[in-house]
Amino acid sequence: MNPASAELPTLWSGFSSVLKRDLLLAFRQRSDLVNPLFFFIMVITLFPLGVGPEQSTLAKIGPGILWIAALLSTLLSVDTLFRQDFEDGSLELFLQSPHPLFVVVLGKVTAHWLVTSLPLILVSPFLAAMLFLNMDTALVLIYGLLLGTPILSMISAIGAALTVGLRKGGVLIALIALPLYIPVLIFGTSAVEAASLALPYSGQLAYLGALTCLAITFAPFAIAAGLRVSISQ
Amino acid sequence: MWQTLKQLYHKFGSPRYFYDLTGRMMPWFVGLTCLLLIPGLIWGLVFAPIDEEQGHSYRIIFIHVPAASVAMSAYVMMAVASAVGLIWKMKMADMVAKCIAPIGASFAFLCLVTGSIWGKPTWGTWWIWDARLTSMLVLFFLYVGVMALQNAIENTQAAAKATAILSIVGVVNLPIIKYSVEWWNTLHQPATITMTNASMPAEMLTPLLLSIFGIYAFFGVVLMTATRVEILEREQRSQWVKKLIES
Repeated sequence: MNPASAELPTLWSGFSSVLKRDLLLAFRQRSDLVNPLFFFIMVITLFPLGVGPEQSTLAKIGPGILWIAALLSTLLSVDTLFRQDFEDGSLELFLQSPHPLFVVVLGKVTAHWLVTSLPLILVSPFLAAMLFLNMDTALVLIYGLLLGTPILSMISAIGAALTVGLRKGGVLIALIALPLYIPVLIFGTSAVEAASLALPYSGQLAYLGALTCLAITFAPFAIAAGLRVSISQ
Repeated sequence: MWQTLKQLYHKFGSPRYFYDLTGRMMPWFVGLTCLLLIPGLIWGLVFAPIDEEQGHSYRIIFIHVPAASVAMSAYVMMAVASAVGLIWKMKMADMVAKCIAPIGASFAFLCLVTGSIWGKPTWGTWWIWDARLTSMLVLFFLYVGVMALQNAIENTQAAAKATAILSIVGVVNLPIIKYSVEWWNTLHQPATITMTNASMPAEMLTPLLLSIFGIYAFFGVVLMTATRVEILEREQRSQWVKKLIES
């Protein structure tokens, strides 16, 4: 290994330095870290209060509730994904850096997923228990969330990138991203439903995995293009 | 060949040429609409034979199916126009894409309303979560998202680029959404028209095809009108528009 190539920035170094930076920033603002988590828990608590605490009802709609709550809390937290960088100007520096923008974006979205979606997945078994899902079903729910939430992060990041230059981002991101969430919701909930009926569920999970691959491959380019548009206005 | 294509491209890229051309094409499209849509609808709604199972209520397909068809193709057309605008920085393509969104949304809405009206006598409820109605609803939401983004961004160019990205993302997702929704619910009857063998008798199929083509011509008329208005609005400071308004 010659010294010249060691100093050249690689794709990996670009990705990992953005990832580290964003994780560090997230851990310095702990409240941003726990807010989506509490939102998730609160939304799920509202459902038994709204539809009644019968075990049969809750077990039936439980997977859907958990998925929709996860989806909403991703949506809620994504507004801040690029906003701070946009406001303090670091987004423009990212655009000028030697790294391709999609690598930077991939790092940012990965960090976002690690600090917002992963905690949700970790608490979801307990919430699943509160909604009377049995252990096996909850396990499938976790598999589904692990495979599916990266797609949600990617899609909502597209919305965030397109709206970061606007003052009224929040509702607009929801309008943009929610229709695109539908396949994830369908495959995620139906995997859990199939598991609760003791049917094979690997097909649905395979679809989720395929969609994740697709999203991770293509979405960063769309996000990067969106950021360029938002910066230019 | 290449040279003429290039020339044509530059001509189409010019709002003034587009305005003149569509002005000359408009009467033909209006004529085509009258020639296809009116006979198609009258034939379908009045003279076509009654369906054995559904009675007269099936006649709404002469509006429902064409509207659905236009709503879906319009989204693809919007994405293609957006891609052209994004890649070759063609201003006209941006304008066309912007004008398609509300028209496509209206057709999607018309399709939903007629589907719901048809559902009342057929299924006994105004709404059923069946695959095709649901995916049409999602298509309507996709249009709403595009329009909301378009309206939120004040800078015209940035708005065009942002909606272009969104509609391209949407058109990639459209088949995924459609097939996942279909997979989610396979309650609906199989598709009415297939390319290989028509499952309808000719007395029903002919008016249906007439109204489908007619509604496409109508879509052309509406789109051209909307785009011409958009051109006048954006080019209002240019010389030719000023002359046009004065004359």
